[in-house]
Amino acid sequence: MLSAAQAWQVLARVPDPEIPVISVTELGIVRDVKAEGERLTVVVTPTYSGCPATEAIETAIRDALRQAGAGEIHIETRLAPPWTTDWLDPRAAEKLREYGIAPPGAAAAVHSVRIVPRLPACPRCGSHDTERLSEFGATACKALYRCGACREPFEHFKPI
Amino acid sequence: MPDLNIDYLLRLADNPLILGQRLSEWCGHAPVLEEDLALANTALDLIGQARLLLTHAGALEGNGRDEDQLAFLRSEREFRNCTLVELPNGDFARTVLRNFLFSAHQVPLWEGLLGSRDAQLAAIAAKSLKEVRYHLRHAADWVLRLGAGTEESHRRMQAALDYLWPYTTELFAGDAVEEAAAAAGIGLAGSSLQPRWDAAVLPVLQEAALSPPARTPFLSQGKLGVHSEHMGHLLAEMQTMQRAYPGAQW
Repeated sequence: MLSAAQAWQVLARVPDPEIPVISVTELGIVRDVKAEGERLTVVVTPTYSGCPATEAIETAIRDALRQAGAGEIHIETRLAPPWTTDWLDPRAAEKLREYGIAPPGAAAAVHSVRIVPRLPACPRCGSHDTERLSEFGATACKALYRCGACREPFEHFKPI
Repeated sequence: MPDLNIDYLLRLADNPLILGQRLSEWCGHAPVLEEDLALANTALDLIGQARLLLTHAGALEGNGRDEDQLAFLRSEREFRNCTLVELPNGDFARTVLRNFLFSAHQVPLWEGLLGSRDAQLAAIAAKSLKEVRYHLRHAADWVLRLGAGTEESHRRMQAALDYLWPYTTELFAGDAVEEAAAAAGIGLAGSSLQPRWDAAVLPVLQEAALSPPARTPFLSQGKLGVHSEHMGHLLAEMQTMQRAYPGAQW
């Protein structure tokens, strides 16, 4: 049997399957943990509707909690309010940068078709002389950029 | 909830499902790697939206049908997507133009549905809205780049516009299903979206030097379940696994 506080500690060590340097709690998708006797409920808000990692994350959460001694585990999906990169833990930004991914910055509400988002700094050399190569990257949450100073390509965690 | 509102939800679900299926055909075939990723990511978002909507429709219907049964075991006439999304991809120009025309419809649709009295639908709308705004921006970039690009890219974009434009009339054609959904505070009448769509679409077309053809009385009937000759082929491919191995688990 686990308390809610213990469960949070366990979840803080469950890595995101696509970006293993940050945990599911740092990603901001764990919205609530409720412990009622043997029953543990974890409320998760998915990132993107089509993110293929969603099911892997649920499995990883279940496995970690079970190993830590949880009894009955329920994972509840909560859609509203929708996930935003503003929910990333502040410490996650530094971890992403060290991993080579430019962190998202504040989720600028991109309401217009024509707004050009501010360019992210290169996670390797820090230069702002960067250009977007592709709006989409290897996962739903990232876009592809290149640094004009050090010429290295890098991924940017899209602010949404 | 009366059946008309289930029908309305199926319309919302089937549009992203069928366009997601179409866009998946590009996987491994796009002209450049970045666009291969973009089209596959867009398809994933759309299929994700469709899964949420189908699950919700199935739960409200109360006959025990889940997302898989609704996606894979309905027959052609039971699908409620508009004809626009089932048309063949054609070339890259037609594919990105359709994404543009469709996303420009989804943005005001999901914005309007944020206020739906169906709380689950409003939640799905909030989630989907972030995604379709991104799709719209990406598609609009391509419409501009190709429309105002080379002679060849312009010719292809104009041909795509001539082909797709007549099918956009259906997006705004009202009927009893939408009236009932609007009256119940659950949905929106398609006609209410046209001013916002025009405001998003027409300036981009103009900047891209593309001219839409004149509107004609032609009205496609996909959302009433009367589909084009392309739909059967699409479903044959999409549904073959569950038809051949009913209940198969991935």
